Amino acid sequence: MTLWEVDIYPAEGLPDQAGRQAESEAADLGLTTAVSVRAARGYLIQGDLDRTQVERLARELLADSLVERTVVARRGDAVLDQPPDGDAVAAQVHVLLKPGVTDPVAQSAEQAIRDFDLEVQAVRTLRKYWIAGLEPDQLTTFCTRVLANESVERVVHGPLDVDRLEFGSAYDFQLVTVPIRELDDAALEQLSRTGQLYLSLVEMQTLQAHFRDLGRDPTDIELETLAQTWSEHCSHKTLAGRIAYQDERGSRQFENMLKETIFAATDQIRRQLGDQDWCVSVFEDNAGVIRFDEQYNVVFKVETHNHPSALEPYGGANTGIGGVIRDPMGTGMGAKPICNTDVFCFAPPDTPLDQLPPGVLHPRRVMKGVVAGVRDYGNRMGIPTVNGAIYFDPRYLGNPLVYCGTVGLLPCELSHKQPRAGDWIVALGGRTGRDGIHGATFSSAELTSQSESISGGAVQIGNAITEKMMLDVLLAARDRGLYHAVTDCGAGGFSSAVGEMGEHIGAEVWLERAPLKYQGLTYTEIWISEAQERMVLSVPPDKWDAFQALSEAEGVEATIIGRFVPTGRLQLKYRDTRVGDLSMEFLHGGRPPVVREARYHPQPEEPLVRRSDGAAWSAAECDPGQTLLQILGSLNVASKEWVIRQYDHEVQAGSVIKPLVGEANDGPSDAAVVRPRLDSHRGLVVACGMNPRFGDCDPYAMAASAIDEAVRNCVAVGADPTRIAILDNFCWGYTDRPETLGSLVRAALACHDVALAYGTPFISGKDSLNNEFSYQQDGRKQTISIPPSLLISALGQVGDVRRCVTMDLKAAGNRIYQIGMTHAEWGGSHFAKVHQLRGGRVPGVDTAVARGTFAALHQAIQAGCVRACHDLSEGGLAVALAEMAFAGGWGAEIRLDALPHALADAPPAERQAALLFAESNSRFLCEVPAECQEAFEQTLQGVPCRHIGQVTESPLVKILPAGGGQEPVVAVELAALKQAWQAPLHW
Amino acid sequence: MPQPRVLVLRAPGTNCDQETAFAFAQAGGRPEVVHVNRLLENPRLPLDFQILCVPGGFSYGDDIAAGRILANQLHHHLAQTLEEFKAAERLILGICNGFQVLLKSGLLLAGELGQAPATLTWNDSGRYEDRWTLLRVAAPGCVFLQGIDRLELPVAHAEGKFVTRDTQLLAELEARNQLVLRYEGREIEGQVLYPANPNGSQANVAGVCDQTGRVLGLMPHPERHLFATHHPQWTRRNQAEDHGDGARLFQNAVKFFE
Repeated sequence: MTLWEVDIYPAEGLPDQAGRQAESEAADLGLTTAVSVRAARGYLIQGDLDRTQVERLARELLADSLVERTVVARRGDAVLDQPPDGDAVAAQVHVLLKPGVTDPVAQSAEQAIRDFDLEVQAVRTLRKYWIAGLEPDQLTTFCTRVLANESVERVVHGPLDVDRLEFGSAYDFQLVTVPIRELDDAALEQLSRTGQLYLSLVEMQTLQAHFRDLGRDPTDIELETLAQTWSEHCSHKTLAGRIAYQDERGSRQFENMLKETIFAATDQIRRQLGDQDWCVSVFEDNAGVIRFDEQYNVVFKVETHNHPSALEPYGGANTGIGGVIRDPMGTGMGAKPICNTDVFCFAPPDTPLDQLPPGVLHPRRVMKGVVAGVRDYGNRMGIPTVNGAIYFDPRYLGNPLVYCGTVGLLPCELSHKQPRAGDWIVALGGRTGRDGIHGATFSSAELTSQSESISGGAVQIGNAITEKMMLDVLLAARDRGLYHAVTDCGAGGFSSAVGEMGEHIGAEVWLERAPLKYQGLTYTEIWISEAQERMVLSVPPDKWDAFQALSEAEGVEATIIGRFVPTGRLQLKYRDTRVGDLSMEFLHGGRPPVVREARYHPQPEEPLVRRSDGAAWSAAECDPGQTLLQILGSLNVASKEWVIRQYDHEVQAGSVIKPLVGEANDGPSDAAVVRPRLDSHRGLVVACGMNPRFGDCDPYAMAASAIDEAVRNCVAVGADPTRIAILDNFCWGYTDRPETLGSLVRAALACHDVALAYGTPFISGKDSLNNEFSYQQDGRKQTISIPPSLLISALGQVGDVRRCVTMDLKAAGNRIYQIGMTHAEWGGSHFAKVHQLRGGRVPGVDTAVARGTFAALHQAIQAGCVRACHDLSEGGLAVALAEMAFAGGWGAEIRLDALPHALADAPPAERQAALLFAESNSRFLCEVPAECQEAFEQTLQGVPCRHIGQVTESPLVKILPAGGGQEPVVAVELAALKQAWQAPLHW
Repeated sequence: MPQPRVLVLRAPGTNCDQETAFAFAQAGGRPEVVHVNRLLENPRLPLDFQILCVPGGFSYGDDIAAGRILANQLHHHLAQTLEEFKAAERLILGICNGFQVLLKSGLLLAGELGQAPATLTWNDSGRYEDRWTLLRVAAPGCVFLQGIDRLELPVAHAEGKFVTRDTQLLAELEARNQLVLRYEGREIEGQVLYPANPNGSQANVAGVCDQTGRVLGLMPHPERHLFATHHPQWTRRNQAEDHGDGARLFQNAVKFFE
């Protein structure tokens, strides 16, 4: 065996893109501008190969001779350590993936080399850098901050220290029993912590009592199985648990908080709809299922992958999107994923490097990594990413949030599944490795500056092509009726998948049969590994041959790992030894209920004042034109085009309304519309609503506003407001604190009330708790808790996509209308943010008015009266008008006279500011051609709606004051508005 | 002639196969999506078809380089069949990843592996981008582009910059009317500026055909502009028709066999 290295550099005279990227990254982070980097990518190839053969591989496979040059040598040859420019002062650095981390390129290269009929044993990739201009300590920082991520990669300074590629070592089976029957409470707690079980003392005591009754100690695999199944991540025990809640209106006891708020609203809506109920399966399966047309249902799920993304943004986001795609695939008999949505929360990207707590990656790096992770996985899967949002707040520094969602299309008759006793338990897709061990329990714990070293195994990188191949097989097998049930292997791995699927039957699993990536895994590691790209199916024995043949024809591995047996027990074997035996009843029903206290103290409403000194605010000090530019240029509002363009948002050819619209394809669409069937004009609308800034004032108002925003975004493009389904994703801080849990319950109450009032059922949801980051500073524990962050995702429907509208202004002379009432609502507003104010009333929702507004507006859009429609959100009327104008390339002129408002009591200056910038809910701007005026006004009768101005030829947003004055309050050129909006995130 | 049979080739990671097959079906062809493993088992299989299409996606993850591994597979195992296929007056279309595959396998512009006269490499922007482009048909003779002058199609790729071995070769390709499809927009000294030329391609090349005009590779996606509502600005237009520019390519291909 020889170990060869092939290094690939840009050809003579061509730019070194990777080197330049590293240099500009260093400059962006404020590290240094003095660094000069030359970069190469390389392959380590181990096999019986001679130089001629490796040179052929370099030429015909690994490098592109038109644009690249190669260095081919045996490992250890000095030629590999010669700098490309002969620059003797340059420091040499190698970056390699740590052993066991998925390396898709190496896997593909290995296969492709075999296609040359060459013997190869193993391939690994590496990156090589030559760095000049840095002091030694700067070099270390540069390597860890820019070049590598040490949670998945290894940095080697100087020549590479590898002379052989290793692949795991043989495993000596040994049954491990954990003596817990005699432990005292302190020892139980310690076991929970050191074993990364993250169970509470009461839960540990329950386990102990159970095994005392059985007269034996548990094996390690039994303990792990229980910890996974009982984890917050898998069981949602806090929110679905008992909560004693108290607020200013008194106290309320929940037996199951989610069931009594969010699910209850859905139940009631379904009862009210009666025969017309369009929900199919809610809060049951891996995703919520609703009716789409006669032949198909649609499914929707949104997940979070916060903790892994904090440590390794690329891998975390990569596996986050990979994981949520498997949810529709594991819903019913398997849905075809048709679009993705991604919402992120980061700390501001200009956070100074020296303000980072230990163990925290720079937010700019987190953002770039997360976007790249979502891009590479979603694009490779061939699923368009059509919707998203990004929110910035310094409190996301240690805990960025990564929400990934997938919509799927599912034939109506395949919407339910039923595993049967006697069926084989079949593992499909990727192999099992040591990756992702303890992901489920890890994500239920708080992050600390030590998390990287403790939980490194929980961080993974995905391989989208493995998942795509699995998807191809799954849909073909589904349509041929080759299995009875399917579920995804997510958190908890086989443990959760088999445990859930066999809950009402019983299962026997033969762990040694699971195909492994490398030798050496213990039986427990096989069982709880969260290696990506795997699903579990229930295949009847008479269909197995066909199923196996189909998988083989596509090059996908399918393996029988056990059988569903009618025992009511989960029995685990390794090479004929019984290693675990649990009753399904105890596993799924034995967890003691979690009992929590929750308290909410409403904040007294405070007037809007200056943040710095609490002095009264004066509207006269805030120039409206300047304010408009400032809000357009604030990070939450600013254009996300840099991100959006990196996502394939058109694959599958269903695109109708894209995320960027308008004259130059760069205006911010309210929602995306896709056509899941190319033979039908019926469409799906995907949108979201979120406003963590409102949550600081009142979580009830935040939740209500988020639902309103998600719904109005859908309605704005033409969705039928009576057919919108919504999803909740709660990301909160440490909910053991009654105040933190109280704010969550408060939000859940709003979810109930508003969903019910709007007739928009929740169909699925997920929570991620304990999003706090702690570290030591000056010997004291410091904690950063995220703001309460409720994401509402909405899935709407349109009967005929040709009726849809976009937000860009279409033609000079058309009339502009405002729909919806403006109130003096400043709390959490962007106006307050850019002027550094605090206090003010947070926007509320008048559900009766809103529902009427949505219905009337929808009717007007259906009737073809509306040429453009945009919802009013961050920055209120002024921002919405500016966006419509610069997106459409037309000017707009409005007068602040006739606007629908409830500001009669406000002084004129404040009234004017509120009309322009307040963020009251349930409002829209509409562009209506003169010939439709009458029909439009007729349709909107009974709804707050006023004609406020018109579209103009001159490229200017002009806002005239109330009372007939001719001196404009705002007069800014479109180009300046667009520039302000595009500049901040134009990377 | 009855409807031509279209082989839409699929490999691990191909992801535009369904809509590409739909486009051919809509144009009157009889598409069939076939996994590359079936061709490896039966290398003569393509000869049952009149049109071969390598659609977009990420074959084998685009690991190593875009289209590289599938290109090598075609070269190692199917080169002879595909030469026969070409010689028999049939059509080959490569879209996006399919263009990368055709070019790197030597099927489009002759050349041994590793010595192709041209390649598609990383965009100047250094990243994957999805955006709409305006294209001009710059030379006659390509079957797929008959009767088309200009068209609008989206690109969605990271490695779409067309580069030739040297400028002389570029001039030859141009002289032989092979540089059929070019990005159009504001230009300086003949080079169309980003983002109208989305990747920095030499001579603004978006698509290339072989000397017969029957083999075409292009980076933009015609199967993503089949309907009026595919266009990013359809809501700004008043139009009665419901077809997009891309449909023409598929119609031309099918019409070739009439």
